[in-house]
Amino acid sequence: MSDPVLEIRDLRLSFPVARSLVDLIRRAPVRQVNALNGVTLALRRGETLGVVGESGCGKSTLARCIVRLNAPTGGSIHFHGQDIFAPDQRHDRRFNRRVQMMFQDPYSSLNPRMTTGEILAEALRVHRICPAGDIPARVAELLDLVRLPKDAAQKLPHAFSGGQRQRIAIARALAVEPEILIADELVSALDVSVQAQIVNLLLDLQARLDLTILFVAHDLRLVRHISHRVAVIYLGRIVEIGDSETLFKDPVHPYSRALLSAAPSLDPAERGNRTHLEGELPSPLDVPGGCAFHVRCPHRSPRCSAEVPALRPLATGGAAACHHIEEIANERL
Amino acid sequence: MTPASPVSAPVPPTRSSRSRELLRAALTKPGLMVGVGIIALSTLLALFPGFFAPHDPNAINVAAMRQPPSLPHPFGTDMLGRDAFSRVIWAYSVNMQMAVLATVFALVIGVVVGALVGYYRGLADIIFGRFVDAIITLPFLVLVIAVVAVLGPGLVNMYIAITLVGWVYYARLMRAEIISQKTSDYAAAGIVMGYSDLRIIFRHLLPNAITPVIVYWMTDMALAILLGSSLGYLGLGAQPPQAEWGVLIAEGRNFVTTAWWLSLMPGIAIVLTGFGFSLIGDGLADLLRPRG
Amino acid sequence: MTHDATLRLEVSNLSVTFPVGAATLPAVRDVSFTVAPGEVLGLVGESGSGKSVTLRSILGLTRRYGQIEGAVRWKGQDLLALNEPALRRVRGREIAMIFQEPMTALNPLLPVGLQITESLKAHTSLSRSERKARAIEMLDMVGIPAAASRLDNYPHQFSGGMRQRVMIAIALAVRPRLLLADEPTTALDVTIQAQILDLILALARDFDMGVILVTHDLGVVAQTCDRVAVMYAGRVVEEGSVRDVLRAPLHPYTIGLMRSVPQDVAPRSRLYTIPGTPPGLLHLPPGCAFEPRCPVSDVSCAVSRPDLASFGDGRRAACFRCEIRPAEGATAA
Repeated sequence: MSDPVLEIRDLRLSFPVARSLVDLIRRAPVRQVNALNGVTLALRRGETLGVVGESGCGKSTLARCIVRLNAPTGGSIHFHGQDIFAPDQRHDRRFNRRVQMMFQDPYSSLNPRMTTGEILAEALRVHRICPAGDIPARVAELLDLVRLPKDAAQKLPHAFSGGQRQRIAIARALAVEPEILIADELVSALDVSVQAQIVNLLLDLQARLDLTILFVAHDLRLVRHISHRVAVIYLGRIVEIGDSETLFKDPVHPYSRALLSAAPSLDPAERGNRTHLEGELPSPLDVPGGCAFHVRCPHRSPRCSAEVPALRPLATGGAAACHHIEEIANERL
Repeated sequence: MTPASPVSAPVPPTRSSRSRELLRAALTKPGLMVGVGIIALSTLLALFPGFFAPHDPNAINVAAMRQPPSLPHPFGTDMLGRDAFSRVIWAYSVNMQMAVLATVFALVIGVVVGALVGYYRGLADIIFGRFVDAIITLPFLVLVIAVVAVLGPGLVNMYIAITLVGWVYYARLMRAEIISQKTSDYAAAGIVMGYSDLRIIFRHLLPNAITPVIVYWMTDMALAILLGSSLGYLGLGAQPPQAEWGVLIAEGRNFVTTAWWLSLMPGIAIVLTGFGFSLIGDGLADLLRPRG
Repeated sequence: MTHDATLRLEVSNLSVTFPVGAATLPAVRDVSFTVAPGEVLGLVGESGSGKSVTLRSILGLTRRYGQIEGAVRWKGQDLLALNEPALRRVRGREIAMIFQEPMTALNPLLPVGLQITESLKAHTSLSRSERKARAIEMLDMVGIPAAASRLDNYPHQFSGGMRQRVMIAIALAVRPRLLLADEPTTALDVTIQAQILDLILALARDFDMGVILVTHDLGVVAQTCDRVAVMYAGRVVEEGSVRDVLRAPLHPYTIGLMRSVPQDVAPRSRLYTIPGTPPGLLHLPPGCAFEPRCPVSDVSCAVSRPDLASFGDGRRAACFRCEIRPAEGATAA
């Protein structure tokens, strides 16, 4: 489980904001949305890495960069040592076969005019996964794999519930026999009981097919359950990463601590003992200098607004990007 | 793991059940049905004019000039004694052909160009945008007349002229639809699956983007008949003695006070056919409108 | 704190049906509950359970689309018997409502200050300067920084969390006695969600205002509500204090729902799932709607429909089979 299959180094992505006529006349500077501000991450074979953070923190952008839906403006992503954005790799569709993505909205991620069978057969045919004659049998196998009834092949997406559509999306991704699955808020739009079914399916498929999964979600309970390791992202940067259970039991970075304590516990007795976070997520147009979290941080010091903290290893095996890790740790003792 | 239970919907939509459902919905729309009826009849007349017309449309009979409507000549006769009814019927061939040939090439070119610039954007899209602005600021008829003036009058040149100008409207519509479809997750899924751009554009996006274009096409066929008749009237389209509604109206215009039926009857044919296409267009727009 | 008995909301035997072609869809069936002043009632259920329709029917908002039966008693009158103008005087004055998506409930073309003062003008006899003072007071109370300077801002100039606060400020400016909140925090991040829920709780306490909170998140219920009613297929299947229901649920559906949430289970273990899918409301089984999915059902469940029966201490459950375990509920309570 240790060799990295995917290595992300210092990934940066900023989108220029369209300028209005008024801006042009005023000669206002070009503004940029800084979605990713230097993400470094390695995905190990067979693991599930959870990515959590608030909306707008860049977690979806990171997922979309990995499957090349967005092109980064800096840094690199290596898949088995190959730079996936190198000019000679860019158009290599074999990469797409090996790294697949599933999307959040079950109602828009399937072509409404193609039946389930056509959606799966197309993936098999384009990538020549199996001989043309075997396609119907393979489609049936895939449906069985995600536990959909056989007659699902003849139906249009319209006929299925949200959870069933996500199963079709998973089947489509699995059709091309990928190594890595990127799940971008895969279960967020589903009801609790359906979420559990899809989570079980993912766990099951991962064990059977030796998949590496990047699980992006805002539901902390689910991420904790499904992940081996978890990365907490704040304004386009990883602020803490580590073993899932350790991180959830004992978060170090002040932001991780605030985020985890804000998730409502199912136990009514735990009412009221939440760490409150001041203010809101700053706009990615205007990321604060130094540590991006310092404007909301209870532990801020002058150093925090001046100097970007690097990810430093923790005694527990994880890493956190904070100037005051030691003081915070002492304070808790 | 629990087995996924079958869908609770009473009729699971497969492709054929979906078309059946659409057909059933179509039958409940009276406007659409009237439109389909008119156009079906017009098409029959256009395909088999000889079967429906009682006389040879070009048989001159100097003994029976400008007769008022009567039983043997329901629309009367023209200044050369030709049967006006038969000429209106034979004109169906020409005018229905106009509806199709003046629009279908524009449709195909417009759909392809619109889909490509909408998908790729970039420089081609910027150039396309300026071109559209330029075309749209000028009146359609004036542009077409200008092209015909260069190419010379006649039906074929008229088709070329209308196509040269008309594709822009289809392309504009298609571009906007493709841009909106491209933001959907299924388009992104196609990219992630490693499908070629052409497959994504034409196999995935186009079927979901084409509806407004088809609706516009129906309206455009009505406009094409109007435009073709206008050019025929002006002497730039179909040429006499060919029976064409615009030509027929032009031939009758000198006798409007004495033989008004000569111009009125082809005029009614134009209005009725145009009405039929418009009804189909409205009906389809209503029928295919995406529902929640 | 004095409790005015007439300020108790009493919903009795509420049923809502919508015409679907030739059939009628029973969205809400025979729902009864009460909300005391200052009490927060959670209405939970999965999509299609009828929780939102129930909430909207209290103020007659579903009248236009369907048929409402039953009674909603408030201040000695039946709200459902009132005509539209009389109901409109109750809406927004004594009973306020907030929605999931604030952007659709706020008028995008009017400054937020004006939206508050307009509502005050319609519902109170405050003078112009008093209205302005109240508007500033409300924005300040919901935690909008520099409230006085933001009266002239338009809704789009606020972030998602701030817009939700603005909507709460508008709803609460007239000092309503009852607040109906339909998934008010579903679109927000957990850190903002915690702030908004705490705000609603504080206001309920300070103004002795009853609250009905519709949500699908059991964590939100656990951390916010006093009592909870669980809905399934248009009916309330269980009701009681949050502590009782979440700690020791009686109804098999509630038990299943609680078990499918990944909490206190081994990491990456299979989650419990409720077998099957919810019944279509057009094809409800004759007996208990949960019977086809129920692990403890017997023949009587398929034949007749269990009524909400009392289990003491304000607890009610609609199940023939849970009578065998009332002791468990009692020990936890």
